[in-house]
Amino acid sequence: MSTAAIVMMVVAMIVIWGGLGLTIASLLRHGAVENRAEEPRRNR
Amino acid sequence: MSTTAGRATGQPDEKGRRGAFSSRRVFILAAIGSAVGLGNIWRFPYVAYENGGGAFVLPYLVALLTAGIPFLLLDYAIGHRHRGSAPLSFARLRRGTEGLGWWQVGICFVIATYYAAVIAWALRYTFFSLDEAWGADPEGFFFGEFLRAGDVEVTADVVPGVLVPLVLVWLAVLVIMALGVQRGIGATSLVLIPVLVLAFAALVVQALLLPGAAAGLDALFTPDWSALTSAPVWAAAFGQIFFSLSIGFGIMITYASYVGRREDMIGSGLVVGFSNSSFELLAGIGVFAALGFMAQAGGVAVGEVASDGIGLAFIAFPTIISQAPAGALLGVLFFGSLVIAGITSLVSVIEVVISAVRDKLDTSRRTATLVVGVPAAVLSLVLFSTTSGIYVLDVVDHFVNQYGILVVALVSMLVVAWALRALTGLSEHLNVHGRPRVGAGWRVLTSLVAPVGLTIVLVFALRDDLAAPYEGYPGWLLLGFGWLLVVALPLVGFLLARLPWRAGTHLDGPPPGSDPAAPLHATPTTDPTPRNRPVTGHDEGGLR
Repeated sequence: MSTAAIVMMVVAMIVIWGGLGLTIASLLRHGAVENRAEEPRRNR
Repeated sequence: MSTTAGRATGQPDEKGRRGAFSSRRVFILAAIGSAVGLGNIWRFPYVAYENGGGAFVLPYLVALLTAGIPFLLLDYAIGHRHRGSAPLSFARLRRGTEGLGWWQVGICFVIATYYAAVIAWALRYTFFSLDEAWGADPEGFFFGEFLRAGDVEVTADVVPGVLVPLVLVWLAVLVIMALGVQRGIGATSLVLIPVLVLAFAALVVQALLLPGAAAGLDALFTPDWSALTSAPVWAAAFGQIFFSLSIGFGIMITYASYVGRREDMIGSGLVVGFSNSSFELLAGIGVFAALGFMAQAGGVAVGEVASDGIGLAFIAFPTIISQAPAGALLGVLFFGSLVIAGITSLVSVIEVVISAVRDKLDTSRRTATLVVGVPAAVLSLVLFSTTSGIYVLDVVDHFVNQYGILVVALVSMLVVAWALRALTGLSEHLNVHGRPRVGAGWRVLTSLVAPVGLTIVLVFALRDDLAAPYEGYPGWLLLGFGWLLVVALPLVGFLLARLPWRAGTHLDGPPPGSDPAAPLHATPTTDPTPRNRPVTGHDEGGLR
């Protein structure tokens, strides 16, 4: 494989698969925050 | 005009009546199952290769972030806020726009009829892979022995080899649909999506170990930077994103209506969008690694064996399977992946129609499944299990995609953004529990960038189809199964919108109990207006 092809493949992997990882982490983190925020209301 | 059809009291539990996904995870998997379809596997790799290779990553990402995900969030907002099928959601948005929803329903009905046929082919080829039934001539086998395709005409000569798997596909899909939103669609997605990812990952590993795989990847990823100045390349990127994400024709509106009102639809949309692209990238690597092997085995350049669609799946891949070590395993993984990706997408397409029928007529799930599924299955069998099935399928697929989905998506987007000016309310709805928040940027992308992107795709498609008959097919075939079909769908849609809603249907804006900011365990208030009365005494707090 040419260097340019390897670079573009790695860039695509980092951006797309990395983007997926970041969005999942963000969703889980926000979900956890929402759950914590709900607890006082549920326990009231 | 009465905005609440019939009685407004004593309605059954809305969530229980319509069904719901049991958790955000199930919804996300179902939405990924819908988005990841045959196009991810057999369309994206070739589109990327043809449009700049590695350089295509740039327009692809721009299209994903500026049009794909914004439009996906628009669909989510419409369905999640108005908690109905596409026609009901549009009716609740503004009564006169209900026809847009039925137009989308009609498109889904048509797509379901032929999509099932391709899954049936893939199902049959999964077993053909075991003994390489195509022999030394995969192309002759596919068109001749398997499909028995003759001259371009419409015949009633049934091909048993297609009919039987097609019946099996429809039976499986109807059972899934009859089981309901969670036990059917949700449970299927929960099982099949991880299986699909694992099966395709195994295929990619096997393909990467084949001799010549590096040449295939080199062909796919070597950037042609001059492509970035080409308008057709950008149109191809917007088209790929648009067709791949299942947006604009009711699926995501319907699925979003089954999600708990306090869920983060923005975060979920980002995960679905990137999951879809992640699978496309995986498919590109797997497919081009295999094509690299095929090219090396044949002593030709990768460009000479690269193809897409039916040619890639049913001609190129059988050739690869015949030549590769452990080819049977490669075949089962490839065609099995096509079947799984197809089934989870077909289920989502059919659900748009079933959900609309249930909302309109207040029928049980099983009745609606039969009312929708049996005619769709019969039409599918009559049109696509015959010797002329492939020609009709090719024409219907082309026209419904290019001028059905594209036009209804564009019109819906323009109506919501410009005629109804509903984007502000929808963004506020998304932002109650969604992160990151959407604001003016999203509204600009949804009202300007995405419509412009879709318009460009549409113009290029029209230019090609007006310059020459699609694939050289005769005019009567293109007219009957192409142009007339795409003109008839909106007409039928707006006629269906004139039918009355079931008694008690709330049509005046978002339904009672849909406010995402309302307390979790709200009890029915004494407020006499239906808009302020929660439908359920309990809610989705335990669903996450």
